[in-house]
Amino acid sequence: MKEPLLQASELSRYFGTEVAVNNVSFTIHKGEVLGFLGPNGAGKSTTMRMLSGNLAPDNGQIIINGVDLLDHPKQAKAHIGYLPETPPLYKELTVAEFLQFCARLNAIDKQHQKAAIDSAIERCGLTNVSNRLIGNLSKGFQQRVGIAQAIIHSPAVVILDEPTSGLDPIQIREIRQLIRDIANEHSVILSTHILPEVQMLCDRVQIISHGQLMFNDSIDALSQKMQASSLLLAFEQPMLAEKMRHIPGIENIDTLSDYRFRVHYHPDTNPTQSLLQLAVNNAWQLSMLMPEQHSLEDVFMKIIQNEDTDA
Amino acid sequence: MLNIARNELHRLFLSPLAWVILAMTQLLLAYLFLTHIDYFNSVQSQISAIPGAPGVTEMIAIPLLNNAAIIILLISPLLTMRIIAEERRNETLSLLSSAPMSIRQIVLGKYFGTLSFFMLLALLTLLMPVSLHVGSTLDLFQLGAAMLGLTLLIASFTAIGLYISSLTKQPAIAAVSTFAILFFLWIIDWAGNSNEGFSVLSWLSLLNHFQPMTQGLVNTQDVSFYLTVIVTFILLTIRRLDRERLD
Repeated sequence: MKEPLLQASELSRYFGTEVAVNNVSFTIHKGEVLGFLGPNGAGKSTTMRMLSGNLAPDNGQIIINGVDLLDHPKQAKAHIGYLPETPPLYKELTVAEFLQFCARLNAIDKQHQKAAIDSAIERCGLTNVSNRLIGNLSKGFQQRVGIAQAIIHSPAVVILDEPTSGLDPIQIREIRQLIRDIANEHSVILSTHILPEVQMLCDRVQIISHGQLMFNDSIDALSQKMQASSLLLAFEQPMLAEKMRHIPGIENIDTLSDYRFRVHYHPDTNPTQSLLQLAVNNAWQLSMLMPEQHSLEDVFMKIIQNEDTDA
Repeated sequence: MLNIARNELHRLFLSPLAWVILAMTQLLLAYLFLTHIDYFNSVQSQISAIPGAPGVTEMIAIPLLNNAAIIILLISPLLTMRIIAEERRNETLSLLSSAPMSIRQIVLGKYFGTLSFFMLLALLTLLMPVSLHVGSTLDLFQLGAAMLGLTLLIASFTAIGLYISSLTKQPAIAAVSTFAILFFLWIIDWAGNSNEGFSVLSWLSLLNHFQPMTQGLVNTQDVSFYLTVIVTFILLTIRRLDRERLD
């Protein structure tokens, strides 16, 4: 088993008596993109701030690249690049000046500074604006500067807190492309409340709600969850639900209209074949047979709601 | 640390505020300088006969540095207010705190960055009396002692302002509180003066420890008073920012 790059165990954080993050543990391996998903106020940003060393956890341990963040913050922080929700930019500096400052801040050698700055500028597509004041740039470009700041010292882990919030759709697409490029060289932890974004960018998903980790698995496992156990049927002629009920595996049939039905079946026995066979044999004029897929939203809501009913 | 100090100074000079403050202070002090010269000219003939009469240093240079102390007391809150409060309001503090450096380095960097601006201001002021050296003789030792006093005084102002700035998110609140505290520490000895001998109130006064130095009297007691103030407030700032991660 490979040593994880970042390991967080039993993180908890209270604000007063309010629990913001409760006993959250997870790991991230080299080259992975981890998506942190949750509604607003779920504890995403709090977790991110703890990982970046901006907030001390009340309980738990964070180990980055074998260095304990709480015991040796200086060494551990050298392995992290962090972009908070609001990009921390000095608006009165130009892009190049700002990145120069960041390079020095992260203690990059004098000889390597220029190369580091140039590569960050190039990778984030800032070449044309490098001499402009940050305050005059659009939100999308400011976000890019924020990302450039996070990757300038080639950290092992890049932590991005809602990197696409507040951008227009084109900028969102560009930023996502940028994140995908970054993921080729760094491990990325990404927080967002936009589900398709996670599907598009991440290898692994964690869903957090009310400070609790609800789901922690690969994106494939999430897709599995999205496989619903229902079929949508439509016929050319009126049908009776009774005629299909005896097919093995079928648990329940919703009659949507005389022509349309929703068939719920047991996940282990898919009745599609037998249904087709029956339709051909009896000359039911089947016009549509569609496996239903839950959207990510449905799964998400289900995961979150499960917890609510359990509680 | 040096990097933060340099950045602090660099950003200061990108804003018009720094330039305006420098220009206006120079203007005010230049005017005061001229009035001191004028006054000295008018009384020179009368006092020149008296043995041990006050010379150029005592009549012009020292009053000017006294004036500079008061002016810097008035303007320092305007510059120190932004040191940390503004970073906090613009949410740029996390840039520094997630960089591989300790809070101590951040605070010291910011402190020395701002302090060097004030030192520049003080040095520019010092040039005026030093220019008199061309045509007359200055008591360089007295002037040096006074300058040391001014430096320590400014360093104390900056340390107090730094701490107040770390307490709040609103630069304006930091400015008003810093000004109130500095002003209070200035006038506190007015009450103290009414008593004879040693008084806690006059001992607390920042300017009171400055006076002996303007007379060329460098006292370890006064120097250590300033150093205590500076170190205390810097340590308080570090503690304050350290605690921020905890709550």
